[in-house]
Amino acid sequence: MRVAVKLFAAARDLTGHGEVEIELPPGADVAELRQALAAQLPPLAPLAARSLVAVNAEYASDSTPVAEGDELALIPPVSGG
Amino acid sequence: MIQLTTEPIDTQRLLELVQNPEAGAVVLFLGTTRQFTANRETMELHYEAYREMAESELAKLDAEARRRWSLIECAIVHRLGIVPLGEVSVAIAVSSAHRDAAFEAGRWLIDTLKESAPIWKQERWADGAVEWVHPAANGTNPVTPRYSEGSGQILRKTSE
Repeated sequence: MRVAVKLFAAARDLTGHGEVEIELPPGADVAELRQALAAQLPPLAPLAARSLVAVNAEYASDSTPVAEGDELALIPPVSGG
Repeated sequence: MIQLTTEPIDTQRLLELVQNPEAGAVVLFLGTTRQFTANRETMELHYEAYREMAESELAKLDAEARRRWSLIECAIVHRLGIVPLGEVSVAIAVSSAHRDAAFEAGRWLIDTLKESAPIWKQERWADGAVEWVHPAANGTNPVTPRYSEGSGQILRKTSE
């Protein structure tokens, strides 16, 4: 399945895109999404390894399943305030 | 009250929002753009957010603070875009009957916002360098901020 992933801050600058499409096996989880992002976008790999993933605007754990149509976002370490 | 804005934050209005005859204490925290970090000079800061999620995360902080302390009003505003030197990037105002709750809730709110809100700061240094700030938390492992019912603490769960 193909899913769209929002990218922010350095993740966006590293890839030049605010959103990327990634190919995932059906039934993939967040850990596989992070691995696929790193594999399909190598410049993103080091930051992706220490980023969280949000599924439908909620922080997700590595075992959270990803479905086609979910709103997905890579959340690099935050620095608001 | 939760707000993300690209405009300067009106702190007087925020105080008026939380002031209330039931309150005996009002605490206002302001985060402002600092000129020097160690010996390096900042020209300005730039903030961006995953807006929909940041709004829902700030609303969760508001609800959790009200659950943990007896608050009368609570307001959280974060500015996005460029924040010049000395100007306010984040404002948290809380009111309570007695000062302990307002001080404790205000401290908890800013500390927890900095850990959990999907908002990012870009340093625009006076020497021309531009850097996103992505702090390493707990080494290089990704972490999942989440609340535990009961303690209300953010637990940092290390992922594989």
